[in-house]
Amino acid sequence: MNKNSNTYQILYAAVMVLLVGSLLALIYMALKPKQNENIANDTRKQILSALHIAAPDDSKVKETYEKYIIQDLLVDRDGNVVDSAQNVAFDVDMKKNVKLDDRQLPVMKCKMDDGSIKYVLPMYGAGLWGPIWGYVAVNDDGNTIYGANFSHEGETPGLGARIADKDFQDEFVDKHLFQEGEYKGVVVLKKGLKSTTGAEVVDALTGATITSLGVSAMLEDCLAPYKAFLMKLQSNTPAVVPESEINNNQPE
Amino acid sequence: MLSKKNKEALFNPLSKDNPVLVQILGICSALAVTASLEPAIVMGISVICVLAFSNVIISFLRKTIPTNIRIIVQLVVVATLVIIVQQILIAYNYDVSKQLSVFIGLIITNCILMGRLEAFAMHNSPWPSFLDGIGNGLGYTIVLLIVAFFRELLGSGKLFGYQVVPQWCYDHGYENNGLMILAPMALITVGCIIWFHRAHNKELQEN
Repeated sequence: MNKNSNTYQILYAAVMVLLVGSLLALIYMALKPKQNENIANDTRKQILSALHIAAPDDSKVKETYEKYIIQDLLVDRDGNVVDSAQNVAFDVDMKKNVKLDDRQLPVMKCKMDDGSIKYVLPMYGAGLWGPIWGYVAVNDDGNTIYGANFSHEGETPGLGARIADKDFQDEFVDKHLFQEGEYKGVVVLKKGLKSTTGAEVVDALTGATITSLGVSAMLEDCLAPYKAFLMKLQSNTPAVVPESEINNNQPE
Repeated sequence: MLSKKNKEALFNPLSKDNPVLVQILGICSALAVTASLEPAIVMGISVICVLAFSNVIISFLRKTIPTNIRIIVQLVVVATLVIIVQQILIAYNYDVSKQLSVFIGLIITNCILMGRLEAFAMHNSPWPSFLDGIGNGLGYTIVLLIVAFFRELLGSGKLFGYQVVPQWCYDHGYENNGLMILAPMALITVGCIIWFHRAHNKELQEN
């Protein structure tokens, strides 16, 4: 058969595409469950990291997560719990959620080893090159930040990508979201600058202005809607300093 | 199994005919993945696999491939293998796949692949083609590792993610060189390696 005839070439290409297409579809379907599990475990790791908890090893991430996260909540802007089914907050797709007009706000309630209760609030925003997201853990006084974790899709290594470093994330610890009973949030600003609104300030990363501003905007967008929820937590808290504030135990 | 010609196909690319240092192919990915050693190794292994298997497949098909569409056929084979590697990484080594996400896709455009397919696999039988693929993949990996070693050591003070520059150095004013993390220094490092390599190989020097 003539290798350079049109019929041969068209047939060759068609058969090749069919074979390759079905092969790839097969592999995709075979690996999909395993891949979804990996992605979910990665999210769990990020949430645990906001709580300063590290899973003993990668195979135990799910176990550790289920041990500490005791309840998933969806709250509305008035701070009322609308849903508390299992994993209801974990399953929220933040990328879609932040675009909705009538957002239901996911909260993960967590019980630490010392018995104190923390609330993890997910966030989603934009960095310089792509999306950034993160989790902020708040003490049960509804005011003090216990820990934070940020991740990104493709920020510049060594610059914007440093938002995923512990050094930066640790700066958020013990910042207060409320000043004199009023919600102010936390802002990321160039080192030495003071916030005009009176909010507490975290130093921005040198050389990563846009990513730092992105984190700041994300905190503003995603934490402010929780204002009512956080205020409810505050009114539930007894006047004495809760144990969680004095106790700085960091579990394994 | 290993005749003289086969040995050449396997070992020449390691130094005398190195794809990066001598053929100057695959530079773009050599810059991108060498900020630390771990992604460099994974990238190297992925390229070795993809290169060896695409060489073998093309070599088996070489007598049936219509000349007019041979480049398309080569691309399809490479792209398929790359997607398979990517999917397997997501399923079995998620952390690394996150770091390499873009670059694994870029293996498709790695000039070494198309270069070897067109120059070797289209004219040789499967076994030598397989060796050629392994050899060139190894040659590429060696260069990646050398570059990544210097970049990770000087840029973050670590090797394979473990701190090797002791804390007292930092206490006495030592700083990591942030420039080593960025792509320009990778290019300069590759340049230095090429310089060093040529200086030690008389037959590579041009008059």
